[in-house]
Amino acid sequence: MRESLLSVGIDLGTSTTQLIFSRLTLENIASGFSVPRVVITEKEIQYKSKIYFTPLLDENRIAFEQVREIVEQEYANAGIQKSQVDTGAVIITGETARKENAREVVGALGDFAGDFVVATAGPDLESVISGKGAGTDIYSKEHHLTAVNIDIGGGTSNLAVFCRGDTTEVGCLDIGGRLVKVDPASRRITYLAPKLQKLIALEGMDYQVGMETDEHRLKPLLRKMVEVLERSVGLRQDCPGYESMITSQGLQNPEKIQAISFSGGVAEAIYHPEKFREPFPFGDIGVLLGKEIRESPLFSKLPVIESAETIRATVVGAGSHTTKLSGSTITYTKDLFPMKNLPVLKMTREEEAEGELAKAVQRKLEWFSLEGETVLAAVALEGEKSPSFSRIQHYAKELVEGMKPLLDAGFPLVVVVEQDMGKVLGQSIAYLLEWKGEVVCLDGVRLSDGAYIDIGRPAAAGQVLPVVVKTLVFHG
Amino acid sequence: MNDVELKALVEQVMERVLRGENAAGSAGNAERPWNMSGTPGNAERPWNATDSAGNPARPRNASDPAGNPAHPRNASGPAESTAQLPYTSAKKEGSEPDSGVCLDDITQINLRTQLLVKNPKDPEGYLAMKAKTPARLGIGKAGARYRTATMLRVRADHAAAQDAVFSDVSEEFIKKNGFVFVKTLCKDKDEYLTRPDLGRRFPGEELEVIRKTCGEHPKVLVIVGDGLSSSAIEANVEDMIPALCQGLQMYQITLPPILFIKYARVGAMDAVGEVTGADVICMLVGERPGLVTAESMSAYIAYQPRHGLPEAKRTVISNIHRGGTTAVEAGAHAAEVIRKILEKKASGVDLKTEAGGSQ
Repeated sequence: MRESLLSVGIDLGTSTTQLIFSRLTLENIASGFSVPRVVITEKEIQYKSKIYFTPLLDENRIAFEQVREIVEQEYANAGIQKSQVDTGAVIITGETARKENAREVVGALGDFAGDFVVATAGPDLESVISGKGAGTDIYSKEHHLTAVNIDIGGGTSNLAVFCRGDTTEVGCLDIGGRLVKVDPASRRITYLAPKLQKLIALEGMDYQVGMETDEHRLKPLLRKMVEVLERSVGLRQDCPGYESMITSQGLQNPEKIQAISFSGGVAEAIYHPEKFREPFPFGDIGVLLGKEIRESPLFSKLPVIESAETIRATVVGAGSHTTKLSGSTITYTKDLFPMKNLPVLKMTREEEAEGELAKAVQRKLEWFSLEGETVLAAVALEGEKSPSFSRIQHYAKELVEGMKPLLDAGFPLVVVVEQDMGKVLGQSIAYLLEWKGEVVCLDGVRLSDGAYIDIGRPAAAGQVLPVVVKTLVFHG
Repeated sequence: MNDVELKALVEQVMERVLRGENAAGSAGNAERPWNMSGTPGNAERPWNATDSAGNPARPRNASDPAGNPAHPRNASGPAESTAQLPYTSAKKEGSEPDSGVCLDDITQINLRTQLLVKNPKDPEGYLAMKAKTPARLGIGKAGARYRTATMLRVRADHAAAQDAVFSDVSEEFIKKNGFVFVKTLCKDKDEYLTRPDLGRRFPGEELEVIRKTCGEHPKVLVIVGDGLSSSAIEANVEDMIPALCQGLQMYQITLPPILFIKYARVGAMDAVGEVTGADVICMLVGERPGLVTAESMSAYIAYQPRHGLPEAKRTVISNIHRGGTTAVEAGAHAAEVIRKILEKKASGVDLKTEAGGSQ
C-alpha cells in the first residue's frame, strides 16, 4: 500500500513570506501478519515559491490582501488547486506574530490555503519546525549526537536541540538581521528595534535612528548580538544582556551540545559570506550579522553542520514536518474531520490514576470553559504500555464521567493517548455511551499542556488520521 | 593490565593454543582449560551456531580487562556471577565483594536496559539503540565466549520456551474463563509434537461436544487452542477476549460459548468449521516460543474454514504479547478484521486483494 498527501507550508516571517508544496508518502510498514503500522516514509519538496518581503500595512499590521494575493499567485504558478491540498500549516513567526492582526491573518490564510491547512504560531514551535526544516534532527539521529540549530531570521533567533533525532530543548532570542535597518544609499540607520535599544543602553553604546553608519561602526553592536548567541549555546558564561534578549526561554542544558547548524536568512551569510559584497544589500544588518557569526566561536568552537535549508528552513518545516500520523489502530465512530484548533487538556501521571482521572478531567475542562460555556477540547493521556482489559474499562468509565459536560454540549469525545491503546479505549468509551455518542480516540501522539491539536481526514483506507500538534502563541 | 599487555598476552596464548599446547601458566593465570565439549549441559546449546567447539583449550581470563584475579570459575558457577547480574549501564565492577544477594529469577532483568559491554565509549547511545530492539546487543564477551550473565540468561530464556511447550493450560484457568474443553486426536504432548496431523482432527464424541456448544451455522466463533505455548494462552486471552467481544458488539455480533482445544494445531479450526458450518472462525493459539518471549499468541481468522483450506486464506494477527501488540489492542483490532471478513466474504490474501491491497 502506498498513498500520498499533498502538504503546503506557508511562512509569514519578520522579513520574508514563502510557500512550499511537499508530498508525503504513506506506507504500511508492518508485515501482513501483524497489526498495520502506517507511517510517513518519504517527504519530497515539489515546489518552492519565490521569497517575498512580508507585506505590511504599517508598523503594527500585516497587509492580508497582499499576502493572499501572493499565495494565490504561487498556487497558480505551481499549478495546484486548493482542493488538491490534503494538509499543511501556516506559521507566523518572529516579529510578525506580534502584529495586531496576526491571529486573524494566520487563521484566514489557513482556511484560504486548504481545508486542512492549520494555523500555527509560537516561538517554541517555530524553533522545532525550523530545526527540522534545516535537517538537524536527522543529522543528530544519523550521527548519534546532540546538535543545536539556530534559525536566525529578521526578528528572532530560534534554537532547537535534538538528541539522536528527538527534540530535547527549544529556546528563542530577540536577535535578528532586521532589528537594525539601514538605508543602503544614505547609510543611515532608519530603524532600531525596541529590545535592541535596551541592549544598546545596557552596554552604554551609542546608536540612534538617523545616525550615519558603516561596517566598522556597527561592529561593537554586532559583537554584542553574537555574544548573546554564544551565551545561549554555552560558549561563554559572561553576557549581561543575555537574559533581557530571551523571547520565551533559553536552553537549560547547553553543555550537551556537540554540533551546531544555522538556518534562516542570516545563515546564507554565515555559510556563504563571499556571496555578499555590499554590507547592506537588504537594507538591514543581516549580512553583517552573518559574517560576524562566521568569525566567532559559534563557527569555530563547535563542529558546524551544513544545514539542508537555510532561508527556507521554516517554510520547509511547516510544509514537510508538521503533519504527523496517529497510530494505526484507533477508533473514530464518525468522519467528523477536519477538527481544528482543539485545546489540549493534558493529564499528569498522577491524574491518570484510578479514582483521580474523572475529577481531573472535570476540573481542567472547567478552566477551559469560556464564561461557563464548554468548548470542544481533547483530553490527552500517556496511557499504559500493556494494560489489562479491566484497566481500560476504568479509564473509559472515568473519561466518560469527566467529559460529561462535553457530551451534554453535544460535542464528540476526543481522547488522545500516547501508548498503543487507542482502539480498545475508544471502543470501550463507545460501549459505555451505548454506541450513541461520537468518539474519537487516537494513540501514538504525545501532547503537552498548552498545545493544540488539529485532526485531518482519515488516510490509508481509513486506518490513520493525520494530526498537527502545535501552539498558538501570538504575543510571545 | 593495560591494552598492550593484554594484547600481547592474548597473542601468546593463541600461539600456544594453535600449537596444541596447554595455555596454563601465562601471566599468573591458573590452569583453566575452557573445554567446551567437557562443560556440563553442552549438548543443548542451540543458540550458538558458530560455536568453535573443536578448540582444545581456551584461557578464560585472557581478555578480562577488569583484571579479575584468576580464581577457579566454572561455566555455571553461580556464586560469583550473581553478583554481576544486576549490572546495568557503565557501572564499575570487579572488586565488589559478594553481597550475598541472589536474584530469584534472572529473566526479570530488562535486557533492553542492561549493557554488559565494559568501558563503552557511548553508553547512552548504546542503550538508546538497545531500547529499539529485543536483540541481545551489547552483551560484551569473555574471550571468544559470552559472559556468564549472558550464558545464564540465554539458558533461562530457553528453559522458559521449553516450559511453554511442555506445560498445559491449567484446568482451573479453563474453568475460570468458562471455556468448553475439547481435545484433538492426540493422546499426549509427545504425540502432539510428533504428529501434527492428529492435532487438526477430533474424535467423534468431541465433535459432538463442539456441535452442541457452537450450534448450527454460527456467524462468528472464537476458539482457543494451546498450540505450542500454553504460557501464551494464560498470559493473553483474559485480556484479548473481552476486548474482542466488546468490539464485536459494536457490529451487533454475539458469540456462542468459547471452545478450548487441547493439543491444538491451527488446522483444528478447519475441523470446527466443517462440523459447525461457521462463517468466520477466530482461533487464538500459542505461538512457537522463542528466546525473546515464550508468551506470544496469534489470532488466525478465516472465512468459512473447512478441511483442506489453503493457508493463504487465513488472516493472521501475530506477536500478541506484552512487548508486541498488546492483547487488548489485538482484541479490538480483531473485531474490526472479523467485520471486514464478514462483509467481503474473504480472508487471508483474498481479503487483501478485495480491500484494494490494504488490510
